[in-house]
This record gives sequence, structure tokens and C-alpha cells, in this order.
Amino acid sequence: MAKRWRIERRLTPAPGMTILVPLGSALLALVFGAVFFTITGQDALQVYATMFHGVFGSRYGITETIVKTIPLALSGLGLALAFRMQLWNIGGEGQIYLGAWGATWVALTFADAPAWFVLPAMALAAMVMGGFLAALAAIPRALWKTNEIITTLMLNYVAILWVDYFVYGPWRDPAGFNFPLTAPFSAAARLPALTGRIHAGLLIVLVLGIILYFVLYRTRWGFEVRVIGESEGAARYAGMNITRNIILVMLVSGAICGLTGMVEMAGVAHRLQPGFSPGYGFTAIIVAWLARLNPLAIVPVAFLFGGLQVGGYAVQVMGIPSAIVSMLLGSLLFFVLAGEALLRYRIRRITEESETR
Amino acid sequence: MATPLVTMHNISKSFPGVLANDRVNFELAAGEIHALLGENGSGKSTLMSILGGLYRPDQGRIYWQGNPVDLRSPRDAIRWGIGMVHQHFKLVETFTVTENIVLGDKRLPYFWRPASKERELAKLSARFGLDVDPQARIWQLSVGERQRVEIVKMLYRGCQVLILDEPTAVLTPQEANELFINLQHMKESGKSVVLITHKLDEVLAVADRVTILRAGRAVATRQRGSFSKEELAEAMVGRQLPPRPDRRRPVQDAVTLQLDNATAFGDAGQIALNNLSLQVHAGEILGIAGVAGNGQRELAEVVTGLRPLHKGTMYLAGENMTNRGVTALLNKGVSHVPEDRLGSGLVPNLDAVDNVLLRTYRHGTRPGLIDYRQARRQTEELVKAFSVQLASLGSPVKLLSGGNLQRLLLARELSAGPSLIVAVYPMRGLDIAAAEEVRRLLLRERDRGAAILLISEDLDDIFRLSDRIAVLSRGSLPVPPIAAQKANREEIGLLMMGHTEVATHG
Ligand SMILES: Nc1ncnc2c1ncn2[C@@H]1O[C@H](COP(=O)(O)OP(=O)(O)OP(=O)(O)O)[C@@H](O)[C@H]1O
Ligand SMILES: [Mg+2]
Repeated sequence: MAKRWRIERRLTPAPGMTILVPLGSALLALVFGAVFFTITGQDALQVYATMFHGVFGSRYGITETIVKTIPLALSGLGLALAFRMQLWNIGGEGQIYLGAWGATWVALTFADAPAWFVLPAMALAAMVMGGFLAALAAIPRALWKTNEIITTLMLNYVAILWVDYFVYGPWRDPAGFNFPLTAPFSAAARLPALTGRIHAGLLIVLVLGIILYFVLYRTRWGFEVRVIGESEGAARYAGMNITRNIILVMLVSGAICGLTGMVEMAGVAHRLQPGFSPGYGFTAIIVAWLARLNPLAIVPVAFLFGGLQVGGYAVQVMGIPSAIVSMLLGSLLFFVLAGEALLRYRIRRITEESETR
Repeated sequence: MATPLVTMHNISKSFPGVLANDRVNFELAAGEIHALLGENGSGKSTLMSILGGLYRPDQGRIYWQGNPVDLRSPRDAIRWGIGMVHQHFKLVETFTVTENIVLGDKRLPYFWRPASKERELAKLSARFGLDVDPQARIWQLSVGERQRVEIVKMLYRGCQVLILDEPTAVLTPQEANELFINLQHMKESGKSVVLITHKLDEVLAVADRVTILRAGRAVATRQRGSFSKEELAEAMVGRQLPPRPDRRRPVQDAVTLQLDNATAFGDAGQIALNNLSLQVHAGEILGIAGVAGNGQRELAEVVTGLRPLHKGTMYLAGENMTNRGVTALLNKGVSHVPEDRLGSGLVPNLDAVDNVLLRTYRHGTRPGLIDYRQARRQTEELVKAFSVQLASLGSPVKLLSGGNLQRLLLARELSAGPSLIVAVYPMRGLDIAAAEEVRRLLLRERDRGAAILLISEDLDDIFRLSDRIAVLSRGSLPVPPIAAQKANREEIGLLMMGHTEVATHG
């Protein structure tokens, strides 16, 4: 009897592996990064130590990481919902911007209103604006199958330039020394802080993650979303309204991204300014995928990404461009996706009958 | 005795939770047609996928003319001369026949002249009597023609052994006959064919030898002439088949389904249903015979609300349901066993529970929510009642064998006490015992009072089950439905071929 190794598909991932494999893959990505640093003449250990220290070495680092986690996770949740239905909403960034614009409009217009009114009104306005921008892509997609990748992508520029117009023009703060900034929000229009710079947006993220998980796996609408994403033919056969659901899911997806803009305004920036988001809406695409579109996994993945970004700022003092963060993010995506294969296959040692018996 | 061309020795293959092949021995001689029989899930596709290089056995050896070979991939298998045609064809719709056939051919130079390849293919297919137009694009072809393309592709690659997995399940009887003539040609030129099928008549007609699998084991191999249909059936299921269900005397109760002057368009915008009128009564099976492509799919889709009526009206139990949509009809108890199981009746990547929910998820007691505990229980019951073999309720249904998929679908559609059942080729892909079971279920539903619209190409089934028979030809019924006792096969056959009238009996 000869023994040999065999790779074979498994039906359900081995217990524990769903956690271990992604962690191992992330580690490999760091090793890959280390090779890169060494080749370019850096001390890789030093780089990682600096990054790690930048993130966990101080209260400041942890705080900043969580501050970055909030928008990444929130917009990641919004995007993951659309991706479930194979709707490629690449317009998260624009929806964040337009949401921030809506929130700012409320904050500036009702500068004297109390918090119980102005905060919900800001959230509502942001969600309406984000949803509106997504709808501009969703309706043509639902009715005429217009490719939503292109439309959502292009609408990003529209939204960003729209915000630019307002902060450079009508909304510019007269007391702002000509900087492109709006006036600061009133105290009522700011999200309460939990501790330090960490604001109540964190609670919104956690609650929304649980709600979305529940919606997907326990409600009829979530079931429709999952079926339509898997097979339109089956969805039609089951009498599901695909057109309506495309528009609805994109609306909700855009609204959640818009809410991200409001949370950034009311929680962190407290005034609208150009470039307030360093591409959260784009990074969130990767966050959503690495979390395998699972709402509960999105928050930890976003935390990891937030940490990488903060660590990236920390290594800048070593003379390393913070663009290495993008490279690390890229290799992380690559290794984790490769690690997925390990989850779905197993290696077994099997007995093979020898030829002579 | 001469060394067989292919020997599979002591092959075992397990999937998580199932032993699909259990120490199977299988031999294929040069120039023989070897049929592989067995119930759903008995491991036929698995065994042949091993020979085709798609799966690797856990144990056992494959010999080519007595020499051990290692088949690591379909490409490996083709190199040895073994080609498999799967039930789901793998052709690029927008490419021509020639392009599809030469696709992936390593010998092809970077620049190639389609015209010369086309001539080569035309010659090759003519040699085996396979009629395909090398210039046609795949989307223009019927299912039967596509299958011929797959076969020519294997011949072009120089295959000595052709494995066909349930080739006739998707063919009309005429197309099946043509296929068998082609197979005879191939056999005469020394090629070997493995034919997986559930149809015993086909085995009797063309097979030189037959091997029977039961629960993963090869239980018998018989030579041509040494077996009868009954023996085969018994060897397959390991017991005597129950007697055929009796046909009840037709009762004409109230009309359940009524279509008046229905006109509807097909996907390509052509008129698919042309001024068609019919009625199905409660407690009646109306059999719709006809060659596929004459409006069968569109008729089923109109009746189940998937396709809008352009003109005409549809009544369900007296209520006007014209263009009311799928959900309204579902709520009225219309069940649908569609032709395309994996494309519409089931969601391949979701598990059995979600698939059972597909048609019932709106019915829970808590508004907006799905009670998964209840759904799980219901799925367990259905799986038991319809003996669906599956590894676990939580694994994606695409891992089920073809027949078990159909059982799961039927379990869902027949279990809810429907008032109207639209069944399109419901017996396709089922083994004889399962098909018999489905026939019994359909008759039971009819006796319970359901109206059944049975669309089938299989005249045996049409005649055995129907109370009345109609023929669908070019989108309409050339003659009104005929009571089953008065119908005869020749007339129905003529109508199917496009004749528009028959001699009427009193
Ligand atoms: N890729 C797979 N993963 C897990 N289980 C599988 C896989 N392929 C087949 N099986 C299981 O192995 C058993 C044998 O399946 P197989 O497809 O060989 O049956 P079959 O004889 O072709 O049946 P049918 O007549 O229904 O097509 C079934 O129980 C099936 O569920
Ligand atoms: Mg099979």
C-alpha cells in the first residue's frame, strides 16, 4: 500500500479554520511586505515595529485607529449589501461626500436647533442624499441594465466636485481666512464623544452590523437579496420583484454610505472641507470583500485596515512614503483571497493500492 | 480474451458524507457501446468523471490497454483518448462551432485559417454522420445540435473513448434516434462509447454490454441478449418494481385553468403562443405532447405568470388572472416544475433549507421574518418523504446528483397541496424507480383534485398519465384535446410533426 497526499474539496470549512486561515494569510502578507522593505534597504522589523507602536503604542494610536475604523466599517456595510446582489456600487466615496454635504446643510441651516432635532435631521438628510446619488445609478440599471460600475464610479466625481463648489463658494466661512472650509457646526450638531476622539459613531456601526446580519439571514427581504444575488432566474421563478429590489438595495446601500458622511461630519470634522475622506469609500470595497460580505466580519476587518492606515502615517517619519500602506493593503487582499482556497480544500493522506498485489 | 481498451480496477471515491463509488470494477472493450445504469445517486457520473480525469479516485487504478495510467485532468484523459460529454454543455455561445471545437487545441498555430478547419470538421462529422454546420454560432443551435458539437469536439481531439452522461435526457425522441445512429457509426469505426442513461429501452436498443451500479457498487455486468428489461430494472433497484399505477376513469370536475385565445411572445420576440385556448379541469391531467421549441416553455411560463400574455385571458378557478404575476398565482396554489432546474427552479449555491423556502418564504406567521427552525423541520420532512439523498441540509444543493435535485424540487412543489401543477419534463433525469414514484405522486395529486398540465416529449408518459391529450405545434393546438382512450400514437405523432388534422372518430 502506497501512501500519497491528496487535495480535495471540503463541504464545510474545518472548525477554527475560518479564523486561523485569514490570520495566517495576513501574516504571510506581512512577510511579503518585509521582503519588499528589505530589498529597498529598510529594516523590515523596524518598519513593522514602528507601525505597531504607532497603532498600539499609545492611546493616540488606538484612538485614531478606531476613528478610521468607523467610516470604513460603516461604508463597508453599505457596500457589502449591494455586492450581495451583484450590484457593484463603486460609488461609496461619492455617496459619503454627498451625505456629508446633506448633513452640513442641516447643521448650517439650523445652527440654533437643539441636538435632539439636529442630529437626526442631519442623519436623515445624509441618507437621503447618499441614497439619491445611488438611485441615479440604480434606476437606469434596474430599467435598462445600464452598467452600474461605470455610473457609480463617475458619480463620485460629480459628488466630490459638488462639495468643492460649496466649500469654495457659497458655504465658505467668512471668518475662515479664505480657507475652503464651512463654518464650524454648533455644539448640538456634534456626535457625543465616548472617550477622547472616539465618538458615538462607533455604536452606530456596531448596531448597524448586527441589524444587517439579522436582516440578511432572518428576514424575507434578506432572503430575497440573497436569492437574487445568486440567481435571477430562480428569483423570478419565486415571484420576487427584481427591479424593485435592485433599486431598494442600492438606495439602502447609498443611504448607509451617506450616513458615513454624516458621522464623519458630526463625529470628527465638525465642518465640511474638501478631501475630508482619504478614499474611505474605495478602501471599504476591499473591506467588504475581505469580510466575505458578512456584516459581522466587516467591523474587525475595518479595524485592521484602520490600523494599517494609522501605522502608515507612523512610518512616514522614517522616510517611507505612506503609499506603502496601499501596497500592504494590496498584498493583504491577495494573500487572504488565496487563503480562502485553503478553507475550501483539504489535504489528506490516502492509501493507494500498489500495482502488484 | 483480448485485453480491454480501458479497465477501471477497484475504484473508490468518497465525498464528505457519501461513498459515491465503492470498489468498482469496470471494463470497456474496443468498439463496444457499454451502458451504465443505476438509480439516482448510485455513482454513475462520479465513476465516469474519474475516467474523464475530472476527479481522482481515493483508491484503485485505471489501465489503458493493460498499462496503468494516471489521469490527472480532463486534458490528460483526452491525451489518452478519453473524452466526456457532460450533461451541461461547455460551449461559448457567441463563438462558431469551429471556434468552439478548436478552442484550447494546443496543435493549433497562432494564426489559423478558419476555412480549412471548417472543411476538416465537415469531413470529420460527415464520416460519423454527425450533421453540424461548422460556421453556425452556438446560440443558433438546438440542444441536439449542441450535443453533436460536443461529440465532434471529442472526435476532433482524437478520442477513442466517448463518455456520454445522460445524453438523451435533453433530446427529442427523433434526436435521440439520430444520436444512436451516430453512435453505431462510431462503433463500426472502432471507437468505444460509455452511455449513461435511465431509459431501459435505449439500453436494449444499442448497448453491447451493460454495467449496473447500485449504491456506489457495481452489482452486475451483462452481455447483450442476456438481459431483459425487467431483469435490468430489478438489478438496478435491488427489488421488484411496484406495479404500474392504474389510470382512474376521468372525472370532469370544475374547470381550474382556462386559457382563451392566448398569444405571447418568445424571448427573441417571435410569436411563441398563437391564439391558444385550453381548459384543464380539477382532477384531470392534460398532457401536452409536442416537439420541444413549439411553445412548451412559453406555455408553462404564461400559466405560471412568468411571461406576460400579449393577447387573450387566463382564468384560474373562474377568476381572471391575466398578467397578475407569479406571486398572485403562487398564492392561488399554482405549482411549477420548470424545465431548467438549476437555472430557475433551484438556487445551486444555497442549501436545501433555503431552496425549500424559495416558494414558501412569504407564508410565515411572523410578518417580514422567516422562521428558520420551522423551515429546517419542513425540509427534513420533505427530504425524508421524497427520499432525497443529501450529505447535509446545510450544503449547497449543486452537490446533489441530478435525480436528487429533481426530487427536492418535486418535494417542494407537490407538498403544498397545489390546485394547479404545471410540470415540464418532470421525469427527466430520474431513474426508473424515481420516475415511477413521480408518476404515482402526480396521479395522487390528480385524485386529490389538482389540475395538472403535463408537458412532455415522452409519449409513453403522456399516454400513461393523461386523461386528455393535446399536441402543441407552432404555438397552438391544431386540434382540440383528445380523450386519452380515443387517442392513438400515430395520430399524435403526425400532429407533432406538424400535420394539422386527423381523421376524427365518432
Ligand atoms: N462534488 C461532489 N461533492 C459532494 N458530493 C457529491 C459530489 N458529486 C457527487 N456527490 C454525491 O455522490 C453521490 C453519487 O453522485 P453521482 O452524481 O455520481 O450519481 P449519479 O449516479 O450520476 O446519479 P443521477 O442519476 O442522479 O445523475 C450522490 O450522493 C451525490 O450527492
Ligand atoms: Mg449523474
